[in-house]
Amino acid sequence: MSTPRQRLAAFLNQMPLFLGLVLLWMLLWGSFSWLNLLTGTLLATLVSVGFYLPAVQLGLRLNIWYTALYLIRLGFDIVRGSLQVAAVALSPRYTPSNAIVAVHLRTRSDFILTLTGVSTSIVPGAVVVDVDRVRSTLYLHVLNVARPEQVERFRNGVLDEERRIVLALGSREDVERLHRVSGEDRSEKDQRARDQHAHDKRKRGGTS
Amino acid sequence: MSDELRDVISAVLVLAGAVMCFAAGVGVIRFPDVLSRLHAATKPQIFGLMAITADVALNNFTVGTVTLAIAIVVFQALTAPVAAHMVGRAAYDTRHVRVDVLIIDELGTRPD
Repeated sequence: MSTPRQRLAAFLNQMPLFLGLVLLWMLLWGSFSWLNLLTGTLLATLVSVGFYLPAVQLGLRLNIWYTALYLIRLGFDIVRGSLQVAAVALSPRYTPSNAIVAVHLRTRSDFILTLTGVSTSIVPGAVVVDVDRVRSTLYLHVLNVARPEQVERFRNGVLDEERRIVLALGSREDVERLHRVSGEDRSEKDQRARDQHAHDKRKRGGTS
Repeated sequence: MSDELRDVISAVLVLAGAVMCFAAGVGVIRFPDVLSRLHAATKPQIFGLMAITADVALNNFTVGTVTLAIAIVVFQALTAPVAAHMVGRAAYDTRHVRVDVLIIDELGTRPD
């Protein structure tokens, strides 16, 4: 049974998505008006209730600085990826050579997994062929790779992408896991201090 | 912004968009199998669309157009990979893949 507090938390968790829907409605109309706000809110309610899906765990953390970095990098990567694929398509000496690569992500969040998949699909690289949700693994089809070291470079690129997304809006556990797996000494120590801090706070506050 | 400068930027954006969409079309024809063609169908196309919508927003600079242009690009960027994934998975499962042009296939050898 859910307590009022849990219900409030679930509601707050859905709030960004709900506001996003209302905002999208206004974007589609191209202007702000109270009527738009009202109809947008009504429609968003209708959509969230009518097309019910399991709630996405957003993690409720957003680092503005890392998000900006991620978006800027994404913009550059989209342009770079488009130019690369266009160059391959138009190159007269094109010989097909592809690969399907498994990338084991470090996150355990469906949200980050999805975002990483979507991001790697539009930046230089890949089409997601299959997803293993339980193992957080993306199976990606890579265009125009001929040598094993290119595959490794690509794999590292995807892991970097994941890292940027986790730093921007991953949950605290994901950031922690990121540091643990990549094993950087200094940040690990830093992380342990923060863990201790979080642990203390939880003990004091009684809730997570 | 002076009119001439705007004309030049417009011309560059429209041309870039057109070249990208052209390359996407050529890629769809030239690439050997479904999975490769999906690359052509998703990537240059997004940049082409970005260039064209940027041009529309530039020539029609109102809050309404700019926000609509952003919405178009964001949703194209969100939905194109998902569509590509659905097609790609169906293609792989029904073996419409040229295995001879793959140097590695880690999906075929994955643990169950």
